[in-house]
Amino acid sequence: MVAQAAATIRHELVGLGGVVERNWYLVKRYVWWEIAFFLWTCANTLTIVFIAKGIHAPPALQNELATKLLIGGVIWAYLGIIFEILTETVSWERWEGTIEYTFMAPLSRPVHLFGMGLFAVAYGVVRASALFVVIASFFSLHMPDANFAAALLLLAVASVSFIGIGMMTAVLPLISPEKGTQLGFIAQGLMLVVSGVYYSVDVLPQWMQWIATISPATYALRGIRAAILEGTGAQWADIWPLLVIGAVSVPLGLYVFRTGERYAKRHGKLKRSG
Amino acid sequence: MYAVEVHNLRKEFVRREKGVRTRRRVAIKDISFTIERGECVAILGQNGSGKSTLVRLLSTLLLHDGGEARVFGHDAFKETRAVRRLVNRVSVEASFFKKMSAAENLAYAARFYGMTPRQTRREIPVILERVGFPSDRRGEAMEHLSRGMQQKVALARALLTSPVLLLLDEPTTGLDPRSKLEVQDFIREMRALHDATILLCTHDMAEAEALADRVGLLDRGELLFLEPVDDVKDRFGVDTLEEAFFAATGRTFEDETEEDKDREVFA
Repeated sequence: MVAQAAATIRHELVGLGGVVERNWYLVKRYVWWEIAFFLWTCANTLTIVFIAKGIHAPPALQNELATKLLIGGVIWAYLGIIFEILTETVSWERWEGTIEYTFMAPLSRPVHLFGMGLFAVAYGVVRASALFVVIASFFSLHMPDANFAAALLLLAVASVSFIGIGMMTAVLPLISPEKGTQLGFIAQGLMLVVSGVYYSVDVLPQWMQWIATISPATYALRGIRAAILEGTGAQWADIWPLLVIGAVSVPLGLYVFRTGERYAKRHGKLKRSG
Repeated sequence: MYAVEVHNLRKEFVRREKGVRTRRRVAIKDISFTIERGECVAILGQNGSGKSTLVRLLSTLLLHDGGEARVFGHDAFKETRAVRRLVNRVSVEASFFKKMSAAENLAYAARFYGMTPRQTRREIPVILERVGFPSDRRGEAMEHLSRGMQQKVALARALLTSPVLLLLDEPTTGLDPRSKLEVQDFIREMRALHDATILLCTHDMAEAEALADRVGLLDRGELLFLEPVDDVKDRFGVDTLEEAFFAATGRTFEDETEEDKDREVFA
């Protein structure tokens, strides 16, 4: 019994490693596209941070505002990577035609999705860090008190919730092969708009502020801003809501994905086309 | 215990048209058959006859609407994990990550079956050599390989996981004659050396006759017969499977109606 359980765990871990390994192969094979997308993200973030430069304010205030906008831009990019990679669980496999082989393989779906999430977080952190360094250097931003370790810790804890929500959006291409992927971007945008991506949540209408309390990005943005601008450590007031949302969103994400997979199997959508 | 046991299996597809109205099409109509362990069974049928639907049902990629299907005693719809360990397939489309190499694609597929990097480093060159794939090209992107080469890698992918039930869905369609013969030889080898049970779905009657112990005819979702080739010919008093098809359906094998084309799109 114990030996069988150990063999199953080993099998699942090998499979999880396979998912991460495959994504790494794809990054290597599409390296020029990766560079192109990185440049696009840089350009996008620049357009946001330049807003701070256009405001007539003392240099210190301008520096603070630019850093605040940069953090928002980086979190936007990071979340985009997480959702995109998780959505590729279905969309890329369908496009390549490998979806049937992958979904008939004896790897549990939670481990499959967790492997995608693990790679998404690792890759997202590298890309987001590079973006942060490039844009901060471009504007010569000063962050003398920044506590980057606390910021990374908050991002890591928030990522559990992001993966859970990403699992829910990952199923959309199974239900709508044509438009499902784009719906993931809508979810990303909606989450960030209520979470105060470039502004404080206080400026939102009351009903949006209520929604903000259940968005993990709200606590991630608030905590990361405090860590980088004020040098505070990871605050429990930000950590515990992230843990609670993560504990709810991951099982919910798995349930939604499983329901979507059953729908696809019922209607014959778990295949290359249609 | 049978390798495959199917009783009154039924699958319908429902499509929504113009937003509201739904259209229902029966892809598999209450079919029953069994396959013995180590046997090779060919299912013949036109496009849209339900062959691929049958393969996808046994691959755990579809949910059924009635009846049951068992693979080595395991329920194909409830014990999916157990079934997935036993089954692999080769389809008409080789289907790989085009930018990744043959070795990378095979490693990815093998990990899902629990094969470690050390195992795949050892096994992949051996298996590629066995299917006649030049070992010096295993690092080349799949998009640079010919269709025949890609299909050899697809066979290697199936073999790598040592399946006891191999589902072949038009594995030689679109291949040149030489590649076709190589694939057929490989299927024989799989059976002889690995005791694999094979379900071959094809519309190539000569291939079915050459490889299978028994041949079945799936027509518009109905299994009209499943017997040894000689018994089929005797039953209809004909010399070829083409004539048997005509005798059983009243149509020639090449004769596809609008209904058949519609069925293909539907499924």
